[in-house]
Amino acid sequence: MKLKKVLCIAMTAAVTAVSMAGCGSGGDQPAGTNEGADTAQEGESDGGSESDAAAGGTFKIGGIGPLTGGAAVYGIAVKNGAELAVKEINEAGGINGAQIEINYQDDEHDAEKAVNAYNTLKDWGAQAILGAVTSAPCVAVGSVSYEDNIFMLTPSGTAVDCVKYDNAFRVCFSDPMQGVESAKYIGEHGLATKVAAIYDSSDVYSTGIYQAFAEEAENQDFEVVAAEAFTSESKSDFSVQLQKAKDAGAELVFLPFYYSEAALVLNQAAGMDFKPVFFGCDGMDGILAVKGFDAALADNLIFLSPFTPTSPDETIQKFVGDYETAYGETPNQFAADAYDGIYAIKAAMEDGNVTPDMSPSDICEALKAAMVNITIDGVTAKNLTWEASGEPSKEPMVVKIANGDYAVVDDDDAAAGGAEAVNNTEAADTADAE
Amino acid sequence: MKKLNKTTKSNLITYGMVIVLFVLMQALVSAGQISSLLQGLLVPLCAYIILAVSLNLTVGILGELSLGHAGFMCVGAFTSAFFSKCMAEAIPVSGVRYFLAILIGAACAGICGILIGIPVLRLKGDYLAIVTLAFGEIIKNIVNILFIGRDEAGFHFSTKDTLSLGLSADGEVIVNGPQGITGTPKDSTFAIGVVLILITLFIVLNLIHSRSGRAIMAIRDNRIAAESIGINITKYKLMAFSVSASLAGVAGVIYAHNLATLTAQPKNFGYNMSIMILVFVVLGGIGNIRGSVIAAIVLTLLPELLRGLSDYRMLIYAVVLIVMMLFNWSPKAIAWREQYASKFKRNKKEAA
Repeated sequence: MKLKKVLCIAMTAAVTAVSMAGCGSGGDQPAGTNEGADTAQEGESDGGSESDAAAGGTFKIGGIGPLTGGAAVYGIAVKNGAELAVKEINEAGGINGAQIEINYQDDEHDAEKAVNAYNTLKDWGAQAILGAVTSAPCVAVGSVSYEDNIFMLTPSGTAVDCVKYDNAFRVCFSDPMQGVESAKYIGEHGLATKVAAIYDSSDVYSTGIYQAFAEEAENQDFEVVAAEAFTSESKSDFSVQLQKAKDAGAELVFLPFYYSEAALVLNQAAGMDFKPVFFGCDGMDGILAVKGFDAALADNLIFLSPFTPTSPDETIQKFVGDYETAYGETPNQFAADAYDGIYAIKAAMEDGNVTPDMSPSDICEALKAAMVNITIDGVTAKNLTWEASGEPSKEPMVVKIANGDYAVVDDDDAAAGGAEAVNNTEAADTADAE
Repeated sequence: MKKLNKTTKSNLITYGMVIVLFVLMQALVSAGQISSLLQGLLVPLCAYIILAVSLNLTVGILGELSLGHAGFMCVGAFTSAFFSKCMAEAIPVSGVRYFLAILIGAACAGICGILIGIPVLRLKGDYLAIVTLAFGEIIKNIVNILFIGRDEAGFHFSTKDTLSLGLSADGEVIVNGPQGITGTPKDSTFAIGVVLILITLFIVLNLIHSRSGRAIMAIRDNRIAAESIGINITKYKLMAFSVSASLAGVAGVIYAHNLATLTAQPKNFGYNMSIMILVFVVLGGIGNIRGSVIAAIVLTLLPELLRGLSDYRMLIYAVVLIVMMLFNWSPKAIAWREQYASKFKRNKKEAA
């Protein structure tokens, strides 16, 4: 009897061993093929022609983002934007002749799953990571990729800690930067003296911006008269928050959250005859595309954005056109960030003279050094450069909605635009009163 | 050795299974024969096994459906991560710090279990399930509004935002509301995780087969009969519930010390997670501890091993889950399995 049990355990162990070993060798396989390719390349370069050697290789770039669940819309946009850029680069001859291959893994907007996705990419042989898309997964991936020394560029991880380590860079603005820039813009352009803020206290992005905004507001020439929070469970009714803002006499309401909720806020504010200036952040981009939303309500809405699909700029128009043909929808800023991210990796790889046969760790060292040298003329900014801290250096665009369309406010006449906005609101008020 | 009784033998098989798996994985890791995906999954696996075993104590042995198990995990995770973050400099030896963190996580979750258990265990059945569900959500939401900072003047608390903490210039925000705790030291290792699994199994299996365990099962089987022979219902119910809660807290400690960031979202500490743990328990068999261990391993690995299917991954995962449930627990499938098993045994006997 006892022998039988022992035998049973041994058998189970054996079966598990076989299956695990199967996984192991499966994971090793790409590495093995790489080695094969390496030797082949060495052979070729011995022959003298270096470009041939490079042309034989493939750069493996891994992507991490939510493809399922509540945040899937961001992850899918990033995936599409990145794939579009990869396709263009490959068609134009690749990076120094080497093609790019991208493998995009789902993280379900969960830190633990993001680490699993990262490990999957590592097994696949990823040489650089574009991700993660959302903040908490990004922080988790950042710490493991730092241990492995794999280069990481997040298109849209806005939390401060996303680029804590020196191997991590980002394309988007950080949360505090958006908050500070918003407060500065409102203060410097004299948009209002009494400001109310409504934010999502259960969301990292929203609270991050609000906190920085509130801190900077103390240095600016306006007063925060009301700060009202809501949570992801109660994001359909904003009448309480709006009423408080109205009672406090707010002339401007700061809305640091995504457009889907902002559309409701604008709707409900119109319903209670409250017409301040509304000011948003980059999450506001896309509000005019909300189904059933009266675009007239968004008139004079001002927001900071790195990307506007209607901009007349040639690069942007080409990107928007290609994206619409490929995926049948207008790209949002996530897609744009990812598109620029891939081009940034390309530029850094060219600057660092990276070849596909280098190890991910060597590539990381080269890219880290190259990131501070490169300048990108991308769709989210002109003359986009990076600091060694991982932060991008670019000017936020100020976008104002007028006549149902986005319009970029030039910095020179922004003050005039701002004043105009206030006047318009007043005009609207008087019109209503009549 | 021949005289080992049946329960001891069954327990030894359970311990043996865990130890064999551990030795096997360690051997594979040291031989470099294992993918980094699997290697990264080892520590979370430990946490999920402990969660499944501890929930089985409430659901299988106490016979009460609890949907707030992730709440206790959350308490353990946040208290221990808070401790480790504060003490990262004061206690540089990671082993000692982690040991204390485990104790703190288990104690806090256990205390929460008692506090919640006193009112909640007066209910039974569906009502208890709903109340525990609500409790889990409360814990998650409290953690999401909690701001704690530290400077030279001590700790500052707030439920509003970081500004109202009133920190001095070199102060540090430790718990940052919905952004949670970032930068928890990564102290969890596979070896410690396995030791904790063994301790959990030891506690749970010994409790089940002790006098108290029999009292708990008597309450499950017939409350009135148990009460009539003088069993203190409240005491034993509370005992099972709080032990289960503090073990969930231990799982939370492992979880928190494995990732650089800790946020309380529906996905990891809300009802989604509670249901997930319940699925482990139900698939493994209610009241079957060894089954919980196996189910936790299978269901944690499955979605990761299906990554190759990309877009269809979650769909296939759900389908496989349904098929496994049917195969394991539908009466027809059980009858079919038994028929084949007896045929197999008969054949063997005849051959002998």
